[in-house]
Parts: sequence; C-alpha cells; structure tokens
Amino acid sequence: MKTTDFVDQQYIKSDVPSFNPGDEVKVHVRVVEGSRERVQVFQGNVISMTGGGVQEAFTVRKVSFGIGVERTFPKHSPIIAKLEVIRRGDVRRAKLYYLRDRTGKAAKIREKRDR
Amino acid sequence: MATKAIVGEKLGMTQVWADDNKVIPVTVLRVENARVVQVKTSERDGYTALQVTYGQKDPKKLTKPEAGHFAKAGVAAGRKLVELRLDSVDGYTVGQELRADTLEKGMKVDVVAVSRGKGFAGGMKRHNFSGQGASHGNHKHHRSPGSVGSCSFPGRVFKGLRMAGHMGHEQVTTLNLEVIEADPERNIVLVKGSVPGPNGGVVIVRNAVKGKK
Repeated sequence: MKTTDFVDQQYIKSDVPSFNPGDEVKVHVRVVEGSRERVQVFQGNVISMTGGGVQEAFTVRKVSFGIGVERTFPKHSPIIAKLEVIRRGDVRRAKLYYLRDRTGKAAKIREKRDR
Repeated sequence: MATKAIVGEKLGMTQVWADDNKVIPVTVLRVENARVVQVKTSERDGYTALQVTYGQKDPKKLTKPEAGHFAKAGVAAGRKLVELRLDSVDGYTVGQELRADTLEKGMKVDVVAVSRGKGFAGGMKRHNFSGQGASHGNHKHHRSPGSVGSCSFPGRVFKGLRMAGHMGHEQVTTLNLEVIEADPERNIVLVKGSVPGPNGGVVIVRNAVKGKK
C-alpha cells in the first residue's frame, strides 16, 4: 500500500488474466504504422515477471526462425490490446533465464497438470 | 522571479502513460488547502511575497506569537509557514486558498525542497572522489581522499578544499520539470521526474525562472 496508489488506480487494467512464469501467452500488441494502427501477435513463454502494481512487467520469449526473441511488456500498458493464456507451464523457478542456453527439446516446458 | 507558486507535500513516485503509450515517471505532490496568511508588499516589507500555511495543526500546540499571527489573519493554523517569493502579489488577499489549478498541464516548473540528510559523509559519496585502489598493497585507505595539498610551499591546506563532512539536508532546487497533471479536485500535481527530499516533505513549486519560455 503506497500513498500514490490512488493515482495508479485509473491505469490498472482489471481484464488481464492471471498468469505465471512458464506459461505460454499470446500478446496482442497494438502497432502504429504512420497513421494506421493494427494488431500484431507475439506468442511465447513468460520467462520473468518483475515489479508490482502499475509497474508490473513480464518478459515473453519465443524462438523465431531459429533465433530467440524476447520482449518485455508493462502488464498494464495500453499497447496490449488483449492477452490470452495458451497453456500453463510446470516450472520450479521464477526466472527461466536458463531457457536461453537451451535449444530444441531441452527448451520445452512441461505442461501443468491439475491434481 | 516567479509569477506563480504553490506549496505542497511530496507523496512519492509512480508512473503514468502518455497519449503516445509511453511511460512517464512522475512525482505525486499533494496540494491541499494552502492558504495565504500574510501578503508582503514592497512598500511595507521591501519585497513581494506570500506567506502561506498548509495542513492542520492542533491550536493548543501553537505558541502565543504563532496563535496571534494566525488569529490576526483569521486563518486556521497550519503545519508550517512558508514564504513564496513572487514578482507581483496583486490580486492575492489574506485567507485566500491556493489550489492545484494555479499550475496547468504542460507548464515548466521548478521544485524547491530540502534534500534527504546523509549525515557525515566521506569524499567518495559527497564529492564523487574515486578513492584509492582495492589492492596493490593498499592498507586501510580504500576510501580516503588522498593528498590534500603540496609541500612547505604553500605550507597549508587551501580553504574550500573538498573534504568529508555533512551532506544533504540542504535546500535543493530542481529546474524545469514538466507538469503532467494539475487536478484541483483531487488536490494533486504530477510533475515529470524526481523531486528533492523524502516522501512527506514540504515542496515549493513555482513556474520555471530559467531556460526557454
């Protein structure tokens, strides 16, 4: 609880689904080209989440044509048009930076099974 | 000198989104019921200023002279008396309330406040000295300032040489900050960037006196 929370209130989105590191997400990003605006999808695994409140951010990693691509989004940013959780990952740590050193099958994240 | 000024309290920092979807770091200042206690004029006082108070204070805790000063102005006692130097005090009256809409969005302002006290600080922290080596035979002089002068000529250490000493808790002015929002309904002002002093500290916001208009 911070004294500045009342300022943040208007920027915090309530429609963001809850997700965790290891989850695969589809981020619909608003891209402005000239005067036109379109939506681009960035799909990958959440490998890190930092910050709290209005400053919360997460990093999504995907492998595109054999090249690893990471993108960090502020969770409440207006450029995120929509966020979908595709699958829940079963991981044992909060930061999945070890995935950067792995390729192929070793870079796969197990799916979380409900018990 | 400034033409507009207001007194407030620093609440802390956060971020807001601009229209171009970029994050702006902001400091939140609370500007609540600041009221004029005395108008100083050049005829009477030799300079023009507003004496302003803000917040509330238990009237029982006032000294007699303070109580008399507030009673004369007919203003409820506040936490502190602050003077706002202005070019002209025309149009200001005793008892008048200064609100956040004194400032407007997009305006450049200077923020004056007392910085956080750092206590007795060494040369590395206080003056950004480099200190001495960590190794190469150094013994117990890793953060010492080094040489402070020459030899038998001049035979003394020059005045004003930067040394260890008290740091912080002094008046600091941050120039040319942009007002992101000034909301008289919520009694807040958001300025871009950081502001001196701890959260809860008193800050004076005035329109920028230097730089491009």
